Amino acid sequence: MIKFLLMVNKQGQIRLSKYYEHIDLAKRASLEVDVIKGCLSRKKEECSFVEYKDYKLVYRQYASLFVMVGVSENENELAVYELVHNFVEVLDKYFSRVIMFNLEKVHVILDEMILNGHIVETNKSRILAPLLVLDKMAES
Amino acid sequence: MPAPIRLRELIRTIRTARTQAEEREMIQKESAAIRSSFREEDNTYRCRNVAKLLYMHMLGYPAHFGQLECLKLIASQKFTDKRIGYLGAMLLLDERQDVHLLMTNCIKNDLNHSTQYVQGLALCTLGCMGSSEMCRDLAGEVEKLLKTSNSYLRKKAALCAVHVIRKVPELMEMFLPATKNLLSEKNHGVLHTSVVLLTEMCERSPDMLSHFRKNEKLVPQLVRILKNLIMSGYSPEHDVSGISDPFLQVRILRLLRILGKGDDDSSEAMNDILAQVATNTETSKNVGNAILYETVLTIMDIKSESGLRVLAINILGRFLLNNDKNIRYVALTSLLKTVQTDHNAVQRHRSTIVDCLKDLDVSIKRRAMELSFALVNGNNIRGMMKELLYFLDSCDPEFKADCASGIFLAAEKYAPSKRWHIDTIMRVLTTAGSYVRDDCVPNLIQLITNSVEMHAYTVQRLYKALLDDISQQPFVQVSSWCIGEYGDLLVSGQCEEEDPIQVTEDEVLDVLEGLLASNLSSPVTRGYALTAVMKLSTRLSSVNRIKKVVSIYGSSIDVELQQRAVEYNALFKKYDHMRCALLERMPIMEKAAANGPTETVQTNGEAEPAGLEPKHPPTIIQPANQANDLLDLLGGNDVVPVISTAPAMKPASAGGELLDLLGGLSLSAPTPAPPIPMSQPPFLLDGLSSQPLFNDIATGIPPMTAYNKNGLKIDFTFERSNTNPNIAIITIHAANSTEAEMTNFVFQAAVPKTFQLQLLSPSSSIIPALNQGPVTQVIKVLNPQKQQLRMRIKLTYNHKGSPVQDLAEVNNFPPQSWQ
Repeated sequence: MIKFLLMVNKQGQIRLSKYYEHIDLAKRASLEVDVIKGCLSRKKEECSFVEYKDYKLVYRQYASLFVMVGVSENENELAVYELVHNFVEVLDKYFSRVIMFNLEKVHVILDEMILNGHIVETNKSRILAPLLVLDKMAES
Repeated sequence: MPAPIRLRELIRTIRTARTQAEEREMIQKESAAIRSSFREEDNTYRCRNVAKLLYMHMLGYPAHFGQLECLKLIASQKFTDKRIGYLGAMLLLDERQDVHLLMTNCIKNDLNHSTQYVQGLALCTLGCMGSSEMCRDLAGEVEKLLKTSNSYLRKKAALCAVHVIRKVPELMEMFLPATKNLLSEKNHGVLHTSVVLLTEMCERSPDMLSHFRKNEKLVPQLVRILKNLIMSGYSPEHDVSGISDPFLQVRILRLLRILGKGDDDSSEAMNDILAQVATNTETSKNVGNAILYETVLTIMDIKSESGLRVLAINILGRFLLNNDKNIRYVALTSLLKTVQTDHNAVQRHRSTIVDCLKDLDVSIKRRAMELSFALVNGNNIRGMMKELLYFLDSCDPEFKADCASGIFLAAEKYAPSKRWHIDTIMRVLTTAGSYVRDDCVPNLIQLITNSVEMHAYTVQRLYKALLDDISQQPFVQVSSWCIGEYGDLLVSGQCEEEDPIQVTEDEVLDVLEGLLASNLSSPVTRGYALTAVMKLSTRLSSVNRIKKVVSIYGSSIDVELQQRAVEYNALFKKYDHMRCALLERMPIMEKAAANGPTETVQTNGEAEPAGLEPKHPPTIIQPANQANDLLDLLGGNDVVPVISTAPAMKPASAGGELLDLLGGLSLSAPTPAPPIPMSQPPFLLDGLSSQPLFNDIATGIPPMTAYNKNGLKIDFTFERSNTNPNIAIITIHAANSTEAEMTNFVFQAAVPKTFQLQLLSPSSSIIPALNQGPVTQVIKVLNPQKQQLRMRIKLTYNHKGSPVQDLAEVNNFPPQSWQ
């Protein structure tokens, strides 16, 4: 199961964080620092999977944004890698330029895709459907 | 009060902050504004404020004052409010706060709401952070929603059910009827989440697992779905790079794995589909590889037929050759898991794996190293070792310790020749010497002692290497020990294996003195060096120089060194006649299999295997100031008491029952064995270690009664050690037939000069009355000359309050015990 998801920019500032397993605030901070340090310091040739404590981290870089997912030991890393890509594609489709000012909308999308650490839906149109409805309601 | 700013502006403002302090200031200001807005109970802007609060929370600032506001938002009727409220609840609340219980009612109402999106929200929140009480209350609702025909809700309900099951495992049965139809859905989202639900149920409860296997015919259903996925053409809905819904495929494969594990029928049903997936999936993109990876894992776990397994390993082999490092990593990980079971198949890919040792990526290198160690066997040891040694040279420090111990283990198991073994170990010590574990020093020393013919070669090579570098402590310790032992061979230049080098005595002593004086040497190393110098006093002729060195260290600040130096000095001055005997060559040490001596003598970290020359007088573990008393025990007795120290055994607790040569300085607790009777010269003993018995085969030597007086009866039973036929193991059984128990029972024994005796500690020092439980003790007797065994025994105990002592001679040993 997916334990947490972080989106970080190149300087290491967190743009989005979602935890699927309860972790204390204090520990959360140190976890984030460790994870970010671990992933940002890796070079191009190194593989995208890192072991950290009892999680496996899968990370992917998109221009200046890093997406990092921490999963439990028994997950298929390659599948999670694909999931990350899927998520970014969905974001891309909705926000025509990925500007992260609408944090709550990103959360909505994320919740449509992943619930409690497991994948719910991977079809882009179905994920975005509620969001589009929401937008229509807000306009009217 | 002006309208609070929107989240967007807040984010923009915060991003403009250049320092942490600026950011903190902005946040505090905004935080204060939000707080006052909450106090005003402003409904219109609450949503906005909470959104901002969540953002601040994500950045790490305190946001607990927003918790109640979240609840108010949830209770509102507007969807946007509810949305933010639930999001806030998920992020800010968890079951530790009492506030969350207030949500239960809201969630309940929302689960029955008319709008599916609201229901969806409620399900999502419940599924993320519902506590066990909430889950119990709302499980019924969730189950109802699991049965609806609305696929949007169904998939969320399934995952919510997963959460409920995790929190309250007893409710699992409740969801069972609902799962019957889940798999007949067309909607992939529902399929996916149902598979997750089923997986969770199967993992949690073996009953469920067997239920699903037999009754539900789950496997055929899953196989059918998987087949449809593969066979169906392009479906735009779930296509990822040409493969339809890889996420679902992977999930199904995982469930199949759980179902097939250990179960023949299910495994058989899956064989075809697995083969199909393995062969038909396109591997050009990562997606295909993800599916293949999952397939391989499944094949390995279930009881698949061998053809399928070979197919799986070949796929892994192909992965290893792939350019993508992710895939190589994944392949190495899986190979590691399978190497135990399918060793031969993995061997075929050995060369690729060894190549991976040179990869740049740390995780790949580590995996490759572990896998290489698993693949080493008698045939490929030489080639593999070359690669591994090269790896050791160039790898990061974090690997060196593991690599070094791995190399030692492998070398021990498969070394083709002693010389190769010693060479390898020396190479490891010189390259990664500071990273090897402490217990390898005694191991190595024992190995060197055992290979008698290699002594000259070994000491010569060690000496040469020592000249280059004295910084690696374990290496230096081993070298100084060897030089101490075999210094004479070094000086006389007798090496056959290599060209002998010319070394003078002075040069050798220079080196050792250098070690003693150097800042790089640890105290333990210095101890080794000093003892080595001392040993050389009998082997080389420059005794005066050695005397000088030893006396210098008599005033050293390091207590350990000082003590040694003082004792060695004493040896020179008062006991010079004993010096030769004491410092003679070490006997070959027996390596007991896996018997870690339980008594550790390691308080100063020293693992020096001080063995004793058998024929000569004893040393006893007593503080050094009683060392002089020691010597009173020598006597010109015809039956010279013999104590041998247990040789340094495989040191799990490193060199446990060691006797330090002159005084057990490091011992705080002398052996649990019988105390030394200072006033009784001939009967020395000792029970140093509490080494467990060899479980040898009793060789049919008849037992005998050695002593029977005053109600105390001592029987001897015999066994022959199967590691050395000259050693007889005698177990004494002491039984007490009187009415009062005998306390402080001490058994001591002495044997003639030609024997060696070792006494282990007794099972207890109290013999219960009326033959209730004999006390046993083990004696090992080495009889290399096969002379007739005689023994003088001394017994001391307290009986009915008064101490009793008795001496006896035992001559009636059965002939088989000493032949």
